[in-house]
Amino acid sequence: MKHRSRITRLMVFAVLVSACAQAAPPPTAAPTDTPSGPQTLTVMTHDSFAASEDVIAAFEQANNAKITFLKSGDTGAALNKAILSKDAPLADVFYGVDNTFLSRALDAGIFEPYASPALSRIPADLRLDAENRALPVDYGDVCLNYDKAYFEDKRLPPPQTLEDLVKPEYKSLLVVENPATSSPGLAFLLATVAHFGPDQFIDYWEQLAANEVKVVDGWETAYYTDFSGSSGKGPRPLVVSYASSPPAEMIFAPDPKPDEAPTASVVGPGACFRQIEFVGILGGTKSRALAEKWVDFMLSEPFQADMPTQMFVFPAVQGVKLPDEFVQWAQTPEAPAAVSPADIALHREAWIEAWTDAVLK
Amino acid sequence: MAFRLRSPAPLPPRSLARAVAPAFFANAAALFLLALPLLFLALFYVYPLVSILRLGLAPQGRLDLAPLAALAGDAHAQRVVGFTLWQAVLSTLLTLAVGLPGAYLVARYDFRGKGLLRALAGVPFVMPTLVVAAAFNALIGPRGWINLGLMALFRTDTPPLNLMNTLGAILLAHIFYNTTIVLRLVGDFWAHLDPRLAGAARVLGADGRRAFTHVTLPLLAPAILAAALLVFIFDFTSFGVILVLGGPRFATLEVEIYRQTISLFNLPTAAALSLTQLACTLAFTLLYARLSARVTAPLPLRPQAFTQQPLNTWRARLAAGVIVGGLLALLVAPLAALALRSFTRLEAARGERTAVQTGFTLAFYQELFVNRRESIFYAPPFAAVGNSVGVAAATTFLSLALSLPTALALTRSGSARLNRSSQIPFREWLDSVLMLPLGTSAVTLGLGFLVAFSRPPLAWRASPLLLPLAHTLVAFPFVVRSLSPALRGIRPQLRRAAASLGASPLRAFQEVDLPLIGRAVMVGGAFAFAISLGEFGATALVARPDFPTIPIAIYTFLSQPGALNYGQALALSTILMAVCAGGILAIESLRVGEVGEF
Repeated sequence: MKHRSRITRLMVFAVLVSACAQAAPPPTAAPTDTPSGPQTLTVMTHDSFAASEDVIAAFEQANNAKITFLKSGDTGAALNKAILSKDAPLADVFYGVDNTFLSRALDAGIFEPYASPALSRIPADLRLDAENRALPVDYGDVCLNYDKAYFEDKRLPPPQTLEDLVKPEYKSLLVVENPATSSPGLAFLLATVAHFGPDQFIDYWEQLAANEVKVVDGWETAYYTDFSGSSGKGPRPLVVSYASSPPAEMIFAPDPKPDEAPTASVVGPGACFRQIEFVGILGGTKSRALAEKWVDFMLSEPFQADMPTQMFVFPAVQGVKLPDEFVQWAQTPEAPAAVSPADIALHREAWIEAWTDAVLK
Repeated sequence: MAFRLRSPAPLPPRSLARAVAPAFFANAAALFLLALPLLFLALFYVYPLVSILRLGLAPQGRLDLAPLAALAGDAHAQRVVGFTLWQAVLSTLLTLAVGLPGAYLVARYDFRGKGLLRALAGVPFVMPTLVVAAAFNALIGPRGWINLGLMALFRTDTPPLNLMNTLGAILLAHIFYNTTIVLRLVGDFWAHLDPRLAGAARVLGADGRRAFTHVTLPLLAPAILAAALLVFIFDFTSFGVILVLGGPRFATLEVEIYRQTISLFNLPTAAALSLTQLACTLAFTLLYARLSARVTAPLPLRPQAFTQQPLNTWRARLAAGVIVGGLLALLVAPLAALALRSFTRLEAARGERTAVQTGFTLAFYQELFVNRRESIFYAPPFAAVGNSVGVAAATTFLSLALSLPTALALTRSGSARLNRSSQIPFREWLDSVLMLPLGTSAVTLGLGFLVAFSRPPLAWRASPLLLPLAHTLVAFPFVVRSLSPALRGIRPQLRRAAASLGASPLRAFQEVDLPLIGRAVMVGGAFAFAISLGEFGATALVARPDFPTIPIAIYTFLSQPGALNYGQALALSTILMAVCAGGILAIESLRVGEVGEF
């Protein structure tokens, strides 16, 4: 009975397989309502969220709580999911909506206001929602990065301003992300809108296109495939990235560490766009008290000081100590561009379409 | 080229009445077999899809088809549909052109390393698009090896080959991803085709070409059609390849759906686009069902040992060398370049970028085991591999468990008698509907999962089974398709003989069908495994960060700057390649049965 034994073997295989499948996922913590057990809090966020184990553990211990993080895609995808599940919220807190999406979140009414006492330590220019439904947690500057070695090799001064980029000496050196599919891509487009004005920025992009700017879908492709300053060793020495990328290059350099960062940022007036990330308590939460504590915690020293090396963003709270690599290698833009969230929401589609017609036609 | 099998003569009218009663029972049996698969599709496909489409097209509870009408008159949308079709047709034809010689080789010849070649050819199938883009860039990019070589050869400073961000790059990537489908589906069917049929034609005076076009090709047609349909649907719904390798000037329907859903949050337009994509998929699958019913006939399948020969003439060896060399260059070289890079350290002294020092290093692999930033989301490599393999194994099991009864129900009565008139149109429709999950937008279905499974009565969002179930949704139609040609080829007399000897239907299946289709089962299983390992946008369906798989970990590394992140992404990609090749080899070494062993 040759076949029988084969079928038996297949069955055994199948049973083993299902056993593996059962065994593989770590057991998910069952929510416990008993007063003695820890209270659970779910934080919905984007895929880039990161934090240190001990920082989170400290909060959990102090509040007898268990935090579950629900990573839900990139910023846009995570926010859309929060909006779609508004009537039956998946979480108590949402972290990670930025100023380019803030209006969408506020208009959809997913947040409950919370005037955290920690807000007093946050500069006014980061606090974009007067009703405190969304509280600023951190910011990051989207800036051009350049490959230092390239410009030294060619004895060419790196560009200082947006205007420099259309000069012939910087022809076909720049790679940018498509604002329709990329968050830094949109941020850089907004920088040009703020700098040149909503009526003029398209002229600038037409000149950039004539100067052979390259457009790719997202940051990963731009930075690792096209940019020459990264480990991908691409062909172009100028890329739209973050002011925090040079310190990241130092922190993630293999031993022995290099003497200096391989890249630097272009921080001339209006050349960068400041992305501000917000946290908010989701409407309908049954753990309002704990959610408030979590928001306070995100705005407290331990969490704020942990953010730079975890997410490569700058703390929103004033006076938080930055890691050495940030102090040494991150440059601060002179006057980052600003566009109000309401304007962004109103014109996002039209600006992207105008940009597409001018650059990709 | 027109090929057609002699169609069986229509039955005389009086036998039609005789056919009705058994057809009824055959249908009852088919429905019984289909109960579980249909329940699965209703719960995990139809329900989430309807949930999300309703939000887009009936936000107030009343159906509003204005977005569809608006789309029909939109010139941009028409261009997108046109391009989606055009690139998919081109990609499919080219993939067939590349895959068929390879299929011939693995079908007709027995040589050392064949299993490894087949497993390696399956590796591209699971690789994340970002990694593939990096591999292509290393090979054909402006500073890739090929351009560097050409520049040195012609003493020029400008790269002569500009393929990145062109239609060419899209086509090349689609060939890279999907050749394995042709190789497996056609190759395995071909391996069991009796070579004496073509031999008979030669004896009767046909030359080699004529024997091929008039005998072999028509007999192969069902498998070629099945492979072409799968390749086509993958190309038609292509997303990552278009975005990353094609660049921003190209948009398929899937890219447009993503843009409308995520960037603009325009659910009505996104729903209309999703429906358009679905309608197209349904049209292709119906067309396929028509063509396939026409060209399929029961065949005397033969064991491989009978159909294959060693490479014993110099001409055969030369041809094999060319084909294997071509496949390796196209499918394996880009990945080998990445694997090599994951062991390489680049050191450039300041200002000496032209003289980059390279050396061997294990630093990136060692770093995988270090939680340098003490992150709560750190995934040890073995855990990520374990998660990926666990989910893939569960997907393989689920897909096979659902696909076997489905394929049986869909093929059995079709082959129970030779006349087409007894083939119920319902079955043809069902066959096509079963393919729809493969042609459905992952972005749309992802939001559908969220809307459908985050509230009672089906609050399954946190279930660890949701990920393999989502993968099964993609793998299931695939496995059905790889089983159907083999099941259709089984002569019904064999089952009847078993039944007349007193075997129950289950026993007959065990003793007749299973041994005959054992090879196809393993092929289907290997596909399900690979589909799950490569994720295929299913992460968009269900995100479970406490449960990171290898592709998720790769994307996490690639989302931050720094040499260690890049190196670790490549190291994990290399591990993914090894897991994939190893998994396929392991599955295929489990033989369920070989034709003619009884």
